Amino acid sequence: MSRYFTTDHEWIDVAADGETATVGITDYAQGQLGDIVFVEVPASGTRIEKGGDAAVVESVKAASDVYAPVSGTVSEGNPALEGDPSLVNSAAETDGWFFTLVLNDKGELDGLMDETAYKAFVAGL
Amino acid sequence: MKWLEGRALATIPSRGDQPLSEDYEIEIEQLPLDAWHRANGARMVEFAGYHMPIQYEGIIAEHLWTRENAGLFDVSHMGQLLISEDGAAEALEAILPSDIIGLPVNKMRYSLLLDEDGGILDDLMVSTREDGIYMVVNGAVKYEDIGHIREFLPDEIAMNHMEDQALLALQGPKAVEALSRVVPGVEKLFFMECAAFGDLWISRSGYTGEDGFEISVPADRVEALATELCAQPEVKPIGLGARDSLRLEAGLPLYGHDLDPATDPVSAGLTFAIQKRRREQGGFPGAATIQKYLSEGAPTKRVGLNVSGRQPAREGAEIYAGDTLVGKVTSGGFSPSLQSPIAMGYVSSAHATPGTQLEIDVRGKRLSATVAPMPFVPHRYHRKGATK
Repeated sequence: MSRYFTTDHEWIDVAADGETATVGITDYAQGQLGDIVFVEVPASGTRIEKGGDAAVVESVKAASDVYAPVSGTVSEGNPALEGDPSLVNSAAETDGWFFTLVLNDKGELDGLMDETAYKAFVAGL
Repeated sequence: MKWLEGRALATIPSRGDQPLSEDYEIEIEQLPLDAWHRANGARMVEFAGYHMPIQYEGIIAEHLWTRENAGLFDVSHMGQLLISEDGAAEALEAILPSDIIGLPVNKMRYSLLLDEDGGILDDLMVSTREDGIYMVVNGAVKYEDIGHIREFLPDEIAMNHMEDQALLALQGPKAVEALSRVVPGVEKLFFMECAAFGDLWISRSGYTGEDGFEISVPADRVEALATELCAQPEVKPIGLGARDSLRLEAGLPLYGHDLDPATDPVSAGLTFAIQKRRREQGGFPGAATIQKYLSEGAPTKRVGLNVSGRQPAREGAEIYAGDTLVGKVTSGGFSPSLQSPIAMGYVSSAHATPGTQLEIDVRGKRLSATVAPMPFVPHRYHRKGATK
């Protein structure tokens, strides 16, 4: 499984078969947002475009859009976030995932950052 | 993901709704407590032209701490004005709709700056002191306010913008315990009373719905005072984020969001700022419109909304009764005390009765909402004559 990151602070784990992936926001992003009180995840079957709106995360203060790191079709939104949106604060890069999807084009992963590059990117912010 | 938080907080519109844009350069200034906030772990954001602490340990924790203990807020971005000649009260009554002439020394009132149509230019606190009339105005519009007041104030009346003073707010049920240890005697003040304590000017007031105080302090002493207050076991520093969620729960309107020149005191539910004599006599900006609304009712009303589910409805969301657009949300968020989303907005008066079922459009999704009495969380002011 390979993990990639976007400059918009989403992460994407691509399964070994290269066909499916899991998406969430980074630990850095949840820390910046503060207390998360609601997450709107896409319904299964939703087609999303790379860079397009995919989900909404709401902190006490404000709503923020989450973008799709790649294009694809949503398999599942994380049902656990409905009852406990604070999972994004406590486990942003594990149990607090937002949705899974089937990739349209593996080539879209080119240009995303690996963990080392993302860490360097965040350190420079 | 897209960061809306910074934008939502940084652009309290000033009068005229001029948006902040790239080619509109604003120099961000530092408040006297800037280094102190950073040393205490605050995350700083740009707000009203200053670097301000948005949060320390987290908005929910800070909010709940304030409701149970005491929170220290830095509100030094607000404008402190002193008008100090004889005749100031009479002159101010031509600008403000409140009874200023009848305001005794060491008492304060909530008041409004109004335009000729009765539109709200700012809300403010006005106090009578031995040395003049002291006003605290909103940070985002303080220079516009000064210009406006100066324009209408007779030339011979001096107005001092007290830029060498910082302003702290200590809010919460244990504020009195903590502050009276540092400044003995403050416990004798009741809600909306104020007095000098050495070089501190302290009022028993605030904008969280809790008992508490606002403390005007010379800027070169504010760091020492903040440190001393936070050394009290009841006190923690609190950021602007929790200040906003506290005031929303308290049903208090925020200028630039719930109040602006398109709103008037009657629609906004702020007629308590216009005392009986002023209502009857008029003689303030917008008096004709306001007197008409007072007798006939205003077409819209500011209301509270309990939003069902967990998803907050934010500022700008449209409010519907069936298919009819009846209003707009002006403040909305998640209530840490109630653990549910709450909002404030204007709706047509026909839909303003508590209990009315409405819907709020949030990005194409309809959330059900019920018009709710405000405050959402009861006020706990230390009022004179009130039984505890």
